[in-house]
Amino acid sequence: MLDFRLSAEHEELRKTVEAFAHDAVAPVIGDFYEREEFPYDLVRQMGEMGLFGLPFPEEYGGMGGDYFALCVAIEELARVDSSIAITLEAAVSLGAMPIYRFGTEEQKRTWLPNLTTGKTLGAFGLTESSSGSDAGDIATTAVRDGDDWVINGAKVFITNSGTDITGLITVTAKTGVTADGEPEISALIVPSGTPGLTVAPKYSKVGWNASDTHELFLDDVRVPSANLLGGEGRGYAQFLRILDEGRIAIAALAVGLCQGCVDESVAYANERQAFGRSIGSNQSIAFKIADMEARTHLGRLSYYEAGARLLAGEPFKHQAAIAKLHTTEAAVTNAREATQIFGGYGFMNEYPVARFWRDSKVLEIGEGTSEVQRMLIARQLGVGR
Amino acid sequence: MKIAVCVKQVPDTWAEKKLSDSDNTLDRASVEAVMNELDEYAVEEALLISEANDGEVVAVSMGPERAEETVRKALQMGADSGIHIHDESLKGSDALATSLVLAEVLKDRGFDLIIFGSESTDARMSVVPAMVAERLGRPQLTFANKVDVDGGTVKIQRLTDYGYDEVEGASPAVVSVVEKINEPRYPSFKGIMAAKKKPIETVALAESGIDAGQVGLGAAWSEVASAAPRPPKAAGVKIDDEGAGGSKIAEFLSEQKFI
Repeated sequence: MLDFRLSAEHEELRKTVEAFAHDAVAPVIGDFYEREEFPYDLVRQMGEMGLFGLPFPEEYGGMGGDYFALCVAIEELARVDSSIAITLEAAVSLGAMPIYRFGTEEQKRTWLPNLTTGKTLGAFGLTESSSGSDAGDIATTAVRDGDDWVINGAKVFITNSGTDITGLITVTAKTGVTADGEPEISALIVPSGTPGLTVAPKYSKVGWNASDTHELFLDDVRVPSANLLGGEGRGYAQFLRILDEGRIAIAALAVGLCQGCVDESVAYANERQAFGRSIGSNQSIAFKIADMEARTHLGRLSYYEAGARLLAGEPFKHQAAIAKLHTTEAAVTNAREATQIFGGYGFMNEYPVARFWRDSKVLEIGEGTSEVQRMLIARQLGVGR
Repeated sequence: MKIAVCVKQVPDTWAEKKLSDSDNTLDRASVEAVMNELDEYAVEEALLISEANDGEVVAVSMGPERAEETVRKALQMGADSGIHIHDESLKGSDALATSLVLAEVLKDRGFDLIIFGSESTDARMSVVPAMVAERLGRPQLTFANKVDVDGGTVKIQRLTDYGYDEVEGASPAVVSVVEKINEPRYPSFKGIMAAKKKPIETVALAESGIDAGQVGLGAAWSEVASAAPRPPKAAGVKIDDEGAGGSKIAEFLSEQKFI
């Protein structure tokens, strides 16, 4: 394998999502962002296009594609807007994927058909106010009571958890202690509207303002034992796997943002006149854009390679960590440079590059910080043993 | 119910187009090609009618080799099969020749309905659907923003400048649609995968029974003698209102024969 060109089907998909992002998302998303509103109609159209079902088999309502197809779609969306891209990423990679990977046949048949068609959105409740990178050290508990589990605790920064179409939130909770004193963590499916589940008002965020993010409170939330996802005590290992592949999807999202910065900057550098010529005819601007393009291209290769390994069933954790680290830092740099090229207009929210700038920072934080990625990469190299 | 939907490959609507130096026809090789936008509405309408009537949709295109991409796009959206009419002698065909070929290819295939987009974004003549209807001797239900199929009768709302006309005709009928009619679907990944396996029949001119002398640039009723790019916009006239602004504007409009 030494070919990083897209297959014909992936390329057709890319073109389709590119057209959708250009024709349907770009004209309206700025207003949703400004009003901090969730774009239900765009999500409905994405559902009809099958984007939420990309990596799932047809028997569960999916498109029979693969995880890489999802990444290609996320990149094309993020080229125009990150809120819509993260909505898709979180719904598929964090919402539906754990049920597909770890669910029983009955759980899959119950939950997946609505999730894979975008009729409902799934969310994943992992992070807590004092448990982020140390996601194993959670305070939320679930206690067995007869045929039920009773969950108590709180979760923060949970994407897609409070929309009108949120169907379920999979939460991690301590369900016991192992023989050597380590907390035993399990995952439980909490349907929206379960008594005791409180969805706090949405956050005021720096970016991703057309996406849905909430704090959640769980007070004596009772779910049947059939809602245990995967084995009891297997929750920690499961979400590590989910986060590993999620890094490839976040890298794809970051590459989309990088590319959006290049697209916008090329157009503006050629159009904007200063001192009697286009600003792009100044080497300082031209070289900035060349560097942005180089970072974007290398970022794309990095997530393509991690994705190729994932599809081939080979180890990809190391490559996914590198892709996530490189692309998200490239996104922050590209957004900063694009904003600089746009000058004062780059600081105005009505310009896409301002949105890119505001949206880029969180990429270095969510689904594993840059520090966690460096830790994983160094550990793989055997540094500090 | 068997529905034909005619689709045309056109240069990307927003791309800069040029005419070829040799014969003043559109240089199609130099720009990205896409499905004519209005034909996407035609495909959507065909699929909606087919879905409601348990029908079958055949996408038909006349065009050069790469026009097969546009047939394939219709298959990705959900059409069941395709017909690609492709022949070197067809290059440069005008609307009359195009309608002749389409009518000949469509006539004996048992279609209950033939749907077009109301115009193409390159030629913009809006005449091919009417010409095909005339050649086939079937009702022409053009510029539809609503189509209802009721047994053997096809009813449309024909969009006009002042409202709409209700027009109906017996099936098989030829319909052309405007963009108000629906919201075309994007191909799903499943559709993209499925389209690879759907059949596309390639039809050469000889098989349609038309003589090569009746089509192509040589048979066209009009000829582009020369072409020049639109001149850049000249600066307008600025009138400062020093009390007589109104009459100055009236004089200007009168000179231009607007009033």
